[in-house]
Amino acid sequence: MPPTITPGKSYGFFTDTSVCIGCKACEVACKEWNQLPATQKGFLGDSLDNTGSLDGRNWRHVKFIDNVPDETLGVGNGKAFLLMSDVCKHCTHASCMDVCPTGAIIRTEFDTVFIQEPVCNGCRNCIAACPYDVIDIDPDQNVARKCTLCYDRLQGGMEPACAKACPTESIQFGPLDELRERAQRRLAAVHAQGSTQANLYGHDEKVYGGLNAFFLLMDKPETYKLPSADDALLPQRNNLGGYLGLAGTAVLGLFGAIFALRNRGSLRRAAAAVPPPPAGTPPPAPPPEDESV
Amino acid sequence: MSALLATEHFAGPPHWTWYILFYFFLAGLAGGSYFLATLLRYWGVAADEAAARIGYYVAFPATVIGALLLTLDLKQPLRFWHMLFDTTPGQFGLSFNSTTPMSIGVWALLAASVFSLVSFVDALLRDGRLRVGGRRALLPGTAGLVWSVAGSVVYLFIAGYTGVLLSVSNQPIWSDTWALGGLFLASGLSGAAALLLILARYRPGADASRSMLELSERIFAGLELLLLVVVLLTLIDDGTLGKALGFPWILLWLAALVGIVSGLGSTTIHRLRPMPAGAAVAARAQAWALAPTFVLLGILALRAWVIFTAQH
Repeated sequence: MPPTITPGKSYGFFTDTSVCIGCKACEVACKEWNQLPATQKGFLGDSLDNTGSLDGRNWRHVKFIDNVPDETLGVGNGKAFLLMSDVCKHCTHASCMDVCPTGAIIRTEFDTVFIQEPVCNGCRNCIAACPYDVIDIDPDQNVARKCTLCYDRLQGGMEPACAKACPTESIQFGPLDELRERAQRRLAAVHAQGSTQANLYGHDEKVYGGLNAFFLLMDKPETYKLPSADDALLPQRNNLGGYLGLAGTAVLGLFGAIFALRNRGSLRRAAAAVPPPPAGTPPPAPPPEDESV
Repeated sequence: MSALLATEHFAGPPHWTWYILFYFFLAGLAGGSYFLATLLRYWGVAADEAAARIGYYVAFPATVIGALLLTLDLKQPLRFWHMLFDTTPGQFGLSFNSTTPMSIGVWALLAASVFSLVSFVDALLRDGRLRVGGRRALLPGTAGLVWSVAGSVVYLFIAGYTGVLLSVSNQPIWSDTWALGGLFLASGLSGAAALLLILARYRPGADASRSMLELSERIFAGLELLLLVVVLLTLIDDGTLGKALGFPWILLWLAALVGIVSGLGSTTIHRLRPMPAGAAVAARAQAWALAPTFVLLGILALRAWVIFTAQH
C-alpha cells in the first residue's frame, strides 16, 4: 500500500541490497517514466552490468560487485556478488547544491534534491562536487541531469517508478522517519540471520547530514564505491583554506613586487625636482639599466 | 601512515578540458599584468610608465578572451547570464552563492572586465592612440590610483580563484590540497612578469623596467616553487601524490618545473658568466626572450597538470 504523499514531509528510498536480485526492473521503469533514451555503451564485460554508471541518461544503476571469496563459504552468506540499485542520495547537506552557481539545484517540498533544467547552464561544477558520481550531462539536453525522485509522480500522489517496479521490495519508498524504523528492524533481522557485516549507510546524519536515499549494505561502504563517514566531506571545507592561501600569496606577491621596485624610491626623489611630463606624451627615455639587481 | 589517512574519492570528472585550461592561463596572465602595471605606474618612476601601459593593454583582451572561453565551455553557452541572474520561476533577482568560488569568480570577472576596459582606454588616451575631445587620460591623478588599486585587488583574486574553485570540489588531487589558489596566483604573477618582459622588447622606453620585471619574475617563481612543494606535501598527506605524479602526467609536472627554474635562474646564470662585452650583450638579449617563453610554457603546463591529472 503506497503511502499518502504530503508536501512538507521528507520522503526518500530505503534500498535493502540484501534482497536485490539484479533484475534491473528499476532501471527500466526509471527510463520509461522519465523518457530517458537507451544508451549504447556496448558490452562492458563486467558481469551482467552493461549500464556502467549513473549519468545524465541513467538515473538508476544496478551495481554488480564481484565479491567472490577465494575459499568456499556456506550457503546464504550473500558474498558471491553484491548487488545494489544505486541512485541519487538526495543528501541533506548536498554537495551539488553547495556549488551550483545558477541556483538550478533546489530542495523540493518533499525534501528531495532537484535540478531545474531550464535554469542549468551546464557548467558541470555539480559533477565535480558530487561525491557519489551521480550527476552528469545529458548529451541530448546539454544540462546536468539526475534522479528527481520522480518529482512529478510525487506531485501526483504516486510513488517513484523504480520503487513501484521493484519485485523484491529492495527499493522501498516512504516518509523518511518510517523508512528509518523499517531499516533498523530489517538490519536486526539480517544480523540475526548471521550476516553480521550488514550495516546501514546514510540513515543517520553521519553521512552528509543524512541521505534521503539510504541503504542496507552487506559489506563496508567503500566496497560499493560509497565514501565512508570519515570521507563524506563537503566541497566547501576547502573554501577557508583556499582563500587564506590565496590571500597569503597575494600579500607575499605584493611585498615581492615592492622589493623589486625598491630602488625606485631614490629615483623618484631624484626626479621630484623635475616636473613630470604631461599626460598624452610618450614616456621618457629609460635611465641606465640597474645592474645591481 | 599516509595510506591510513588517504581519502577515497568516488566523484566523477567534470570534463573540464581545453577551454578551461586556456581560461585559467589567461586569467593568471590578466591578473598578474594588471597588478604589475598598477605597481609600475604608482610605485615606480616615470620611466616605468611604458611597461605599465603594456600591462593594461594585456589585461583587457586577456580577460575578454578568457571570459569567452569560459562561456564556450558551458554546455548551454547562451545561458551564461544565469550565473548573474537567478532564473528560477518566481525568484528573479541576482544569482550569488557564497559557498562556491565559481559564483564569486563570475562576479569578480565582470568587475575585472570593467576595471580593465577603463584602464585599457586610459592607456590608449595616454599613448595618444585614442582621441576623445581634449582628454589625455581617462583617470588622471588620485582617481586613477584608487581605480587601479581596486582593480588590482580584483585581479589578484581573478588570477588565483580558479585554484580555489578546483579545491572546492570532491575530486581527487584538487580537493586534497588547499594551496592551488596560491599556486595559481604565484604562477600568474610569474607569467605576467615574463609576458611583460617579452612585450617590452617591442615598446620603446619599456626597457627601463626590465630589471624590475626580471627580479619580479624570479621572486614570483620562487613563491610558485614554494607553493608547488606545499601542494605536493598536502597530496602526500591525502594519499594522492602517486596519482598526481603518475605517467604521463609527470611530464607536464616536469615541464612546469622547467618553467619555474627558467624564471628563477635565467638572469643569474648570465651574470655569472664572464664574457667579452659584445658577447655578453648578445647572450643576454637572447635569454631575455627565451627564459620568459619557457616560463609561460611552464605555467600552461602547470595548469594542464593540475586539470588533467585529477580527471583521469
